[in-house]
Amino acid sequence: MRAGHGFVAPYMVLLVAFGVVPTVYAIYFAFTDAGGAFVGLANFVAAAEDFRFVAAVGHVALYLVFWLVTLVVFVVGLALLLHRVTARPVSRALRLLYYVPGALAGAASVLVWLFMLDPAVSPAAFLLRAFGFDTFGQVVAPEHLPVLFTLMAFWTGAGGWIVVMYGALNNIPADLVEAARIDGAGAWQTARRVQIPLLRKWIVYMVILTFAGGTQLFVEPQLLSQASVGVAGRDYSLNQLSYDFAFQNDNVNTAATISVELLVLGLVVAGLFVARSRFFDAD
Amino acid sequence: MPTDAPAHLGRRNPLSTVVLALFALFFTVPVLWLVLAATKTDDQLVHGNPLSFGSWAALRANWTALTGFGDDVIFLWLRNSAVYAGLALVITLCVAVPAGYALALTEFRGRRTLLVVTLVVMIMPNSTLVVPLFLEVNAVGLIGSTWSVVLPYSFFPFGVYLAYIFFSTALPRELLAAARLDGCSELGVFRHVALPLAAPVVALVGFFSFVGNWTNYYLPYVLLPESDQFPVQVGLGTLLANVPQFNPTAGALAVERPQLALAALLAIAPVLVVFLFSQRFLVAGMLAGATKE
Repeated sequence: MRAGHGFVAPYMVLLVAFGVVPTVYAIYFAFTDAGGAFVGLANFVAAAEDFRFVAAVGHVALYLVFWLVTLVVFVVGLALLLHRVTARPVSRALRLLYYVPGALAGAASVLVWLFMLDPAVSPAAFLLRAFGFDTFGQVVAPEHLPVLFTLMAFWTGAGGWIVVMYGALNNIPADLVEAARIDGAGAWQTARRVQIPLLRKWIVYMVILTFAGGTQLFVEPQLLSQASVGVAGRDYSLNQLSYDFAFQNDNVNTAATISVELLVLGLVVAGLFVARSRFFDAD
Repeated sequence: MPTDAPAHLGRRNPLSTVVLALFALFFTVPVLWLVLAATKTDDQLVHGNPLSFGSWAALRANWTALTGFGDDVIFLWLRNSAVYAGLALVITLCVAVPAGYALALTEFRGRRTLLVVTLVVMIMPNSTLVVPLFLEVNAVGLIGSTWSVVLPYSFFPFGVYLAYIFFSTALPRELLAAARLDGCSELGVFRHVALPLAAPVVALVGFFSFVGNWTNYYLPYVLLPESDQFPVQVGLGTLLANVPQFNPTAGALAVERPQLALAALLAIAPVLVVFLFSQRFLVAGMLAGATKE
């Protein structure tokens, strides 16, 4: 009995210090004013009425739609195609190539894509020009940003998921796929009726993790706003807005409301997933 | 298994070959471009073939200029990244492996609750709490200290979950029972029976922890005010702000684009090395628990 507590004690300390306490802090600040007096929902109203708030919610929502649809379609599609490649070294090499950009996650991938999207230096300049973009400013116009952020996120994040999805496909018993083939199912039929239903759990897992991460959009718009002289505003995403409330407007109470909202959203999604998916029925 | 598939299944569909090849280009050309960009002058970058090699002399000149920026500050940033991610890696392993072990193989009050909390927190992105974390760290006067970044990095519920799954699948309870019968203390069972078998999960947790922390931008950006404390990810942002083509208001310390490319290469090098050898960790980690039905 005692020993178990000893083994988990250090973890409990970190859980309290960096999980529970910040959460309590966020809630405390969100419902009080600068003097520490309880103000009910006033901070939430103030945040929601800020002209940047609705815009930021819209930006993040639009980005999430683009990003999740792209991710599911191409990760599942590419994993299925790779799984049909019979030459093992080819399949292995392709998986590695798809996966390597993941090493550039964070600021490095944003830098790379700033270059890729600048017609002056990009190896894909011919493509950009074919779309009618001659300058960097035209490429990073505000209405293009959800697509551009999707491109960056897909470039760094998709390869890892393709590798994982491929691994999940390998776990599907070969006789199931063989049985479908004997029943006359083609590649598309096999994928649709056998493989994709069996991947469902992993697709849901991927969508949940990506959704939760996607609401936290920060480094991409932040660096882009530095590099485009304000084409992308500094309050494009919710995390940027929260940051600016706290450090530019000196209003940590309003900043905390955004943390609380993202926290609730994350908790609801994570809780639903853990409760409904039976994913973690290991115990 | 691809190799076991009947031959006709593998007959090349030209369309799928084209799709796979186009995506290979999409994923690799930007990396290749980045490597080559570091070997060029800014003029070559604009006027030369985008996928050509510049010259060793230009690479050396870029290196000199980059390291000259702010008196070798790029090395300081790299060192900071190594310290933050390295310390957090050690602490994470010391914390997560015993915790996962206890959750899997011992009984204690609150075990089930702790497990559920771990699962929920693990799915939530850690950046949700960055601003409140700043307020907390500020309240205890630790803003700007190494620990203000290292300790939050060391809180890694996903690592606990991986260790939990590992110990509950890989270690038969009978083995532990036998050790206990032989008079081994609980700590002794962990040290002499569980730990020697834990190498795979140590590697797995270490991989996810190191990669996640090395590439983190938001948390150190908020918690570390001074340039000489930045990890290299945040440092890249500083360099970017000094590239005139991206930021016309850049000051006198102008950074040329090839130097920025070189800095990005240095920043990703450690993670790239880890990545090249770790594809199987990724699959093992993300599919953990799948076989337990």
